[in-house]
Amino acid sequence: MADPPSLEAAASRLPAVSRQLAGPRGPKPRPALSRRNAFLYGTLIVLALYYLLPLYVMVVTSLKGMPEIRLGNIFSPPVEITFEPWVKAWSTVCTGLNCDGLSRGFWNSVRITVPSVVLSIAIASVNGYALANWRFKGANIFFTILIVGSFVPYQVMIYPIVIILREIGLYGSLWGLVLVHSIFGMPILTLLFRNYFTSIPEELFRAARVDGAGFWGIYFKIMMPMSLPIFVVAVIIQTTGIWNDFLFGVIYTKPDLYPMTVQLNNIVNSTQGVKEYNVNMAATILTGVVPLFVYFASGKLFVRGIAAGAVKG
Amino acid sequence: MPAQKRRSRVLRNLNAKVASVPMILTAVVVFVGGTVWTIVYSFTDSKLLPRLHFVGLEQYARLWVTPRWLVAIKNLAIYGALSLTFSLVIGFLLAALMDQKIRFENTFRTIFLYPFALSFIVTGLVWQWILNPTFGIQSVVRSLGWTSFTFDPLYNSDIVIYGILIAGLWQGTGLVMCLLLAGLRGIDEDIWKAARLDGIPVWKTYLFIVIPMMRPVFITTLVIITSGIVRVYDLVVAQTSGGPGISSEVPAKYVYDYMFLAQNLGQGFAASTMMLITVIIVIVPWAYLQFGRARRG
Repeated sequence: MADPPSLEAAASRLPAVSRQLAGPRGPKPRPALSRRNAFLYGTLIVLALYYLLPLYVMVVTSLKGMPEIRLGNIFSPPVEITFEPWVKAWSTVCTGLNCDGLSRGFWNSVRITVPSVVLSIAIASVNGYALANWRFKGANIFFTILIVGSFVPYQVMIYPIVIILREIGLYGSLWGLVLVHSIFGMPILTLLFRNYFTSIPEELFRAARVDGAGFWGIYFKIMMPMSLPIFVVAVIIQTTGIWNDFLFGVIYTKPDLYPMTVQLNNIVNSTQGVKEYNVNMAATILTGVVPLFVYFASGKLFVRGIAAGAVKG
Repeated sequence: MPAQKRRSRVLRNLNAKVASVPMILTAVVVFVGGTVWTIVYSFTDSKLLPRLHFVGLEQYARLWVTPRWLVAIKNLAIYGALSLTFSLVIGFLLAALMDQKIRFENTFRTIFLYPFALSFIVTGLVWQWILNPTFGIQSVVRSLGWTSFTFDPLYNSDIVIYGILIAGLWQGTGLVMCLLLAGLRGIDEDIWKAARLDGIPVWKTYLFIVIPMMRPVFITTLVIITSGIVRVYDLVVAQTSGGPGISSEVPAKYVYDYMFLAQNLGQGFAASTMMLITVIIVIVPWAYLQFGRARRG
């Protein structure tokens, strides 16, 4: 009973001991920094730095004085921080004859974007609702034309629209541009709303009909309150899209009414005068602030908006 | 709606019809009417104002011997091919990296996608500054000791289109990543388990199993990128204004310049019709595939 092999045999009778003798059990603990992880996160961080670099360069350039820009390199942080370029970009920089800075373009963009977003969403949501719940004969033909038409390059349609706007007396005005944005926002937004309203259970719609609600009653009392998320997505798509527009702004408005992007381009790419890179970069950031704010504030909804845009394809 | 049989046919569902008037007008007047109008007037010799004096294919003949248009088409071809390839490759690599159950996924996605929220004007101006030879990357590398280093794509007409490509990719790859990541997430986890059980290496699983399964997502992404490429305009205007000389011209800019600056509407209409044909060449096979699949399913 006392020889060594029997000790092992005795141990095997005790479950706890035998478990220890059999070696470690359970999944092998992963080291926090395995080779795979180091490679994975290393690549991701390098790529993230690359994507962040232009934003960083914009910010540091806009905070330097011109002498420092001429001497130093664009990646170095400012030695002496100055906000003068920002002030100048906002309120005194010249475009053409006007010397009241980008603030003019900013307010123009606000005056263009707000009504465009409201109008385009109002039209498209009602359209989508009619297509989803009140389909009439031929409705789908027009909808198909609308979707196919959204692939036609804008350049094909810009001149006929100039003529239409001139005929109705809106060419060169803010409202003309608002109308253009509503037209070109229509395909994607109508699709977005149609798909969302189709996914709302039909029983709700039927019950409301039985209770005597009509077209507008159901829209305002049932569909709209139930679809707030999709309205938010639509606001995000339209706000960033319209704010960032350049082509329509430059074609359908006059210099006094140019949106911010057009004015920014005129400031930076003007061939007259000494180039003030710090003011240019401050102006560039100012123009990018609104869509960036929308982007960071909306988070996952922005991605959802993109996914909705992808449905178009 | 069969509930309203008593009313006449036109009045039935009247509210929906009234509500659809903007859509019908847009579809018929602007989209169809506008397109047909432009195509018809592309066969005329309209100059400052559109007029119906037909000259046959003369505008197209002139278009295809104009050096500026040929440069624009060549640029579009180079930019298009490279932009498609690189956005799909980089976008897929990013998506695959993001799909490794990493931490801080939201942070990384936010970083990769934020350029997409910026306008092409902002994108173009930032990269114009970074690629500026006197102050940008070239000067920084030179100041580090490599004094003969040359990287001035925006001032060299041979490579200017690549300078625009860098900016375009920075702006657009986040979108491709997002679309493809959604596609990757749609792949059944069991496929991965089965591949692992069979001992297939990860890269082979991606290449031969996952990517072929994502074909619809890839095709959709391809169509989205392509319709963006054909429209590329603001980026070039902001970054180079078509220069140096005419070396970074693109078709969309050609159309704008001839319609609104050169007052040669006929040329503009012909060029825009050519753009439409380019899009049709891409879209029709895709629509055919899409439609064919829907019919079989």
